[in-house]
Amino acid sequence: MANLLLLAVILINFYTLGSARLVACIRAVALQGALLALLPLVIHGPSGHALLLGLGALAFKGVFIPWLLLRAIREIRIRREMEPYIGFVATLLLGVLLTAGALIFADFLPLAKEHLGGLSVPAALATMFSGFLLLITRRKALTQVLGYLVMENGIFIFAVLLSEAIPLMVEAGILLDLLVGIFVMGIVLNHINQEFSTINTERLTALKE
Amino acid sequence: MIWLLCGLILIAASGVPGLFTRREGAGAERLACGLILAGALPCAWALVFACGVPRQAISWAWAVPAGRFALQLDSLSAVFVAPLLLIVAAGSIYGLGYWPQLRNPATGRKLRLFYGLISAAMLLLLTARNGVLFLLAWEVMALSGYFLITTEDRRVEVRRAGYIYLVATHCGTLALFGLFVMLEQTSGSMMFPATASLPAAGGSLIFLLGLFGFGMKAGLMPLHVWLPGAHAAAPSHASALLSGVMIKTGIYGLVRLTSFYADIPAWWGWTVLLLGAVSGVLGVALAIAQHDIKRLLAYHSVENIGIIALGLGLALLGRSYGQPTLVVLGLSGCLLHVVNHGLFKSLLFMSAGSLIHAVGSREIDHFGGLLKRQRWTGLLFLGGAVAICGLPPFNGFVSEWLIYLGAFETIKLPGSSLSLSLLAAPSLALIGGLALACFVKVFGVSFLGEPRSAAAAQAHESPRVMLWPMGMLLLACIWIGLLPTSLRPVLEQTAADWTGVRSLPRLAGEMAPLGAISLAGWLLLGLLLLAGWWLRRRSADAPRDLATWGCGYRFPVSRMQYTASSFADGLVRQFRFALRSERHGGHITGLFPDREDLFSHTPDLVLDRTLSPLFTGLAGLFHRLRRLIQNGIAAIYLLYIALALIILLALLGF
Repeated sequence: MANLLLLAVILINFYTLGSARLVACIRAVALQGALLALLPLVIHGPSGHALLLGLGALAFKGVFIPWLLLRAIREIRIRREMEPYIGFVATLLLGVLLTAGALIFADFLPLAKEHLGGLSVPAALATMFSGFLLLITRRKALTQVLGYLVMENGIFIFAVLLSEAIPLMVEAGILLDLLVGIFVMGIVLNHINQEFSTINTERLTALKE
Repeated sequence: MIWLLCGLILIAASGVPGLFTRREGAGAERLACGLILAGALPCAWALVFACGVPRQAISWAWAVPAGRFALQLDSLSAVFVAPLLLIVAAGSIYGLGYWPQLRNPATGRKLRLFYGLISAAMLLLLTARNGVLFLLAWEVMALSGYFLITTEDRRVEVRRAGYIYLVATHCGTLALFGLFVMLEQTSGSMMFPATASLPAAGGSLIFLLGLFGFGMKAGLMPLHVWLPGAHAAAPSHASALLSGVMIKTGIYGLVRLTSFYADIPAWWGWTVLLLGAVSGVLGVALAIAQHDIKRLLAYHSVENIGIIALGLGLALLGRSYGQPTLVVLGLSGCLLHVVNHGLFKSLLFMSAGSLIHAVGSREIDHFGGLLKRQRWTGLLFLGGAVAICGLPPFNGFVSEWLIYLGAFETIKLPGSSLSLSLLAAPSLALIGGLALACFVKVFGVSFLGEPRSAAAAQAHESPRVMLWPMGMLLLACIWIGLLPTSLRPVLEQTAADWTGVRSLPRLAGEMAPLGAISLAGWLLLGLLLLAGWWLRRRSADAPRDLATWGCGYRFPVSRMQYTASSFADGLVRQFRFALRSERHGGHITGLFPDREDLFSHTPDLVLDRTLSPLFTGLAGLFHRLRRLIQNGIAAIYLLYIALALIILLALLGF
């Protein structure tokens, strides 16, 4: 069951990497967040801790942040990611390579016994790499926010593995960090849009030292 | 020892009261000079006992990690401290006339503060027996030296010289940090190990670090890059201190470092000997090609450090091959030349300062005919010049002669590879000859002939407060030259302290007839006085209105004289393979040629020919690389983070 969930997460990674439509991407990431919210329950059983974690993840990742992003998109009126630094097909291929790499690489990591063999670690790595890939290859600030979200999802998978060890407060802290980060990005997004009447980040290169 | 510490504190604080006085007041500089003299006296008092009492030491606990406030004044330290005190005192008196506060309100206080600080730091360094304390004193000395060099920091070439010095000295200090850490691992404590207590095994890297760090400060040939510019930029009495004493701390470090080892690998001695020969010959060749009197003197410092290194190399070889005679002769020559060079080089720098004071230029070609206007300065400069050329009856001869004796000592061992070091003798002879040519040039062009500039024609003699300290230094030079036997006990004691062996051969009799030198010196002096008196009587009725070097013209002009470039041109051409002087103009065509100019310029071998282009190229490369890496595109920065993450994970996994 857990492996099935993780497989779906990886597939959603590919979808976000290969899709040019922003609304669809946001929805896919929202779906990814919702699927991940199930993960603590599936792995650790229906305990109070897992339930709380799942509900928090669902509320933030599955509902609140996607809603924020969709609203932002309505306000700045863009629908598609045009002209990324690296083309969609190439990004997709890179994503496949990185995922395969993560699968191979996870075998070499000195893991605890109960984590060996499962899909959790490779999926976490693959999701983080996909997030990075989104961040690096896309021009629009909005897609970069999506990249951060995907990357955070990867971290979340790791965190679920350790949710017995990590206190609730730390997880709550991570979620809060993410929320604040998205808020700030949203505000910056609007300002970039007002200033340059576009949200392409390449205009920001003049800020280098 | 307490006396030394009191004197040290007085000297260190000498410049401090001046900071609280008015800019235009003259009282503070007299106070600073008085404090330095008052501090030098108790130090000299401590020095008198240095050779008699075997252990003059203090060792106090100190809060610094691995540090201990340990001072000791043995004969090896004393040999370096004695000229230091004399030169510091002479320089501080000289400074009253050369750099008076009234005419230099902006720089005078800074100069005196760091003059006192550097003197005290060198005293501390020469007596420190703990690695941390040594490094502390070393750094204070290096930084104070920087502020002395950049006294006139409004001029761009002074700032450049200071910058090069700062880079060089910190490279050296870095090596010294490595050295003391490794020494600590060998001997087990940051305290200096006892004489001849460490095995040579594992010491080679320490020696190489020391050779780099100390050699950088001493100005051995490939490492001398900071020296000419720095000595030229500093005020003359500060140059005298830097050249006369500060660069010797590098030699002190090398001598002290090699004294820790019980047996010395032969290649240490060969390396030092070779570096010494290269520094000596190339240093003097570069000196001949200079036109700036202080740059020229600075290159002579490189040359003399070469001579000192020749002596040290012979002594090291003597220890490796078990030749006590060679050890005594080489080390005595080395250390005596340290003292001698300190004395005559500071004398020369101060008299050069007297010329600059009068004419307002450092270019030799702006001087000319100054012997008539600055008689005393001329005589003092002549004394220093004769001493630095290694001619009797002055002190330079005695030390170079000891090194010659050491080099000839190796003939007595036929078949040994040691006899190769006989080659030190011809290189020493070459150095001596070239130095003589160089000072004939300097003295002839600046003091003889006709004035070459209006300023030189109106030059005036320097005030007495500048002449007396120089006279004091010349007296010390004559004393060592005429009575070398008076220093024999100190030199013998030092050789014993250096090797840790008590039964070394005496520096007397067949081996080193110092008494004969003394006698010959007196005879020569008498002969010279007699000849001078006779010449003076003969020339009493000669016509006085003819110009020197008039070439038979009735109305010669000063442009007909040899210039500094033309005088040295023949010798500079001989060394063209190494010096690569640049000549511009001077091509005359036709029967009635137009006016034609000739310039020659000799850039430094290492700094201007090698390091500057290298570093400029590297800076350009890194500039381009930085623009490539730091391009301002956020996506690329994120890629760096991802790459770093992947590499870290890979390091973890495999």
